[in-house]
Amino acid sequence: MTAFIMRRLIGMVAVLFAVSVLVFIVFILLPGGDPAERMAGKNPTPENIHNIREKWGFDKPFYVQYARMMQKALNGLTPGPHSEYDILRSFDTRQDVVHEIVKGIPATMSLCIGAAIIWLFFGIVVGVVSAVTAGTVSDRLITILALVGISMPVFWLGIVLRFFFAETNTWFPDGGYVPLTSDPTQWFYHLLLPWFCLAVLFIGFYGRVLRSNMLDSMGEDYVRTARAKGLPPRAVLQRHVLRNSLIPIVTLFGLDFAAVLGGGAILTETVFDLKGVGWYAAQSVGGLDLPPIMGVTLYGAFFIVFFSAVVDFLYAYLDPRVRPA
Amino acid sequence: MAEPATDLTFDSAALLASEEHEVTIVGRSPWYLAWRRLRRNYLALASLGLFFVIVIACALAPVYAHHVAHTGPNDVHVGEKVRVDGKLKDVIGGGSFYDVNTGKFVVKAPTYLGPTWWHAHGRFVLGTDNLGRDVAVRVLYGGRNSLMIGIGSALICTFVALTLALLAGYYRGGCDWLISRFFDIIWAFPVLLLAIAISSALAINGFHHFGINIEPGSLWLPTLVISYVLIPYIGRPIRGQILSLREKEFIEAAIGQGAGPLRVMFSDLLPNVVSTVLVFFTLIIAANILTEAGLSYLGAGVRLPDPSWGNLIASGQDQIETAPWLSLIPGIAIVLTVLSLNIFGDGLRDALDPRAKVRIER
Repeated sequence: MTAFIMRRLIGMVAVLFAVSVLVFIVFILLPGGDPAERMAGKNPTPENIHNIREKWGFDKPFYVQYARMMQKALNGLTPGPHSEYDILRSFDTRQDVVHEIVKGIPATMSLCIGAAIIWLFFGIVVGVVSAVTAGTVSDRLITILALVGISMPVFWLGIVLRFFFAETNTWFPDGGYVPLTSDPTQWFYHLLLPWFCLAVLFIGFYGRVLRSNMLDSMGEDYVRTARAKGLPPRAVLQRHVLRNSLIPIVTLFGLDFAAVLGGGAILTETVFDLKGVGWYAAQSVGGLDLPPIMGVTLYGAFFIVFFSAVVDFLYAYLDPRVRPA
Repeated sequence: MAEPATDLTFDSAALLASEEHEVTIVGRSPWYLAWRRLRRNYLALASLGLFFVIVIACALAPVYAHHVAHTGPNDVHVGEKVRVDGKLKDVIGGGSFYDVNTGKFVVKAPTYLGPTWWHAHGRFVLGTDNLGRDVAVRVLYGGRNSLMIGIGSALICTFVALTLALLAGYYRGGCDWLISRFFDIIWAFPVLLLAIAISSALAINGFHHFGINIEPGSLWLPTLVISYVLIPYIGRPIRGQILSLREKEFIEAAIGQGAGPLRVMFSDLLPNVVSTVLVFFTLIIAANILTEAGLSYLGAGVRLPDPSWGNLIASGQDQIETAPWLSLIPGIAIVLTVLSLNIFGDGLRDALDPRAKVRIER
């Protein structure tokens, strides 16, 4: 197990390295033109451009440029004062990207954790109900509803929810985020619509996955054995069918949660004006302000790589068969 | 007719039985069997029909624009009037104007002409937007862009992913390692964020590398970006299938007969994964249309004034209280298209291989 963990950790570092190279390519090489001119912001002076070129090493070979970019990205994570050319700064507002991302984390966390609880709960309920009633009208209905949920663009659902529940009828606040620390009731009230909006896609998806997993395991020999030895149907379902069918859901959940936390909720955040990490990136798209977008992308990639390692460990712990010798 | 059976196998038993009851055994291809299963799935067939109707409607957008709506996707009709059921109505009402009777400037909130539902001889069937443009025409043109990007990127994405999966699965070893790591890197990013990052980077100057030149406003940019970010979602599962097929005896037999790499890949491996690829292709079109909509909604996909379903929803969002049809209608178009593809993809999977577990993990 220790060897497995070590190997997985080394793999994780390697992927993070590759991710940073890709970020370098997208950020510096792909756009073409002089990166220093882009970085100098809206009204650059020649001196500014010269300084940036010096500091980032744009007149040097690409590996020097890569090394300097990584150095600056790491510098940005350390607290304390930073110089103008030290770290990643927004082209438009000259704000420190790392600082802005950190500011958005509470809103993103609130949105994702709440939505995750909702989608996990309803996803399992939907999956179990449709698996138990497989072949009947209610199963058909649930399957179609789940498909509709998967087929809706999440931002459109958000607009429609806002229109019907916050604008036509003022049952819910019309977007915005209230920090948990300032007013817990308002925090909950403001997040209720976004939570469900984000969760709908996953409820449909998890329900379908769980349904097919459960139907598969209902045909397994151990389920027949459990029935044959006289266990009540409920116990068979809970202890034998559901338990085994939930293992893939654990993997899915870990990865989806990481993706949502790492900026995958960008559309929901934008629709509901939740000033989270994804919202920050979305604000920068219009002005083609690359540093915030790249910063959020790196942040998201970090979460996904980290959580997929965690999921692998959990999986190896839950299911010894996947542990490589 | 088979040899008289001395040792009775199932085949000869079946032949004997068929002779007894005077029926002949017809060889049926797996494709025919799949088609027979699909034929019974009315919901899936209806969905396919709906998808084709949407595609044809969007393809005929210019015909509709010229002969029914008599306007173009970017034609502005501010200050014009249109006859609805014999009554003249403003395309855009309100606004600020000088009132002759009172001698004062009057400012009224603008009102947009809502859907006329064929009561205005085909003009403004689905209403108008804030510039007096015909929403029905824009939704059809937008659908054309969205569908072109969705289907185009699905084609590119499936082709690249399949090629990589074949190479990785056939050569294994170092080649497989390299391709798998390539998948891993893309997989490590949130799909939408990576797409936004690449689109924004390319939107500055366009793409001018490797002898390919694409200008910033081109539809090729979102198409290529979306196909790139979704490659591992098809490539990974197909690589797994090919790796396990590669171990089978028939591949060994083919290589033993002297078949080269290309022949093994295309005449032995490929036909065995075609059904999976077909299902993935259907589902990935749906995923691509949703990704394109998300990108365009954030302003990183199709750029205004060119319409796409995503940016039509985005630009209607601010007027949702006065003109809800602006963002509701393109959204309904997306839901219908994606839903029809998802239902058909499901039915296709059940028909091709009732036991398969093909799904697009997002």
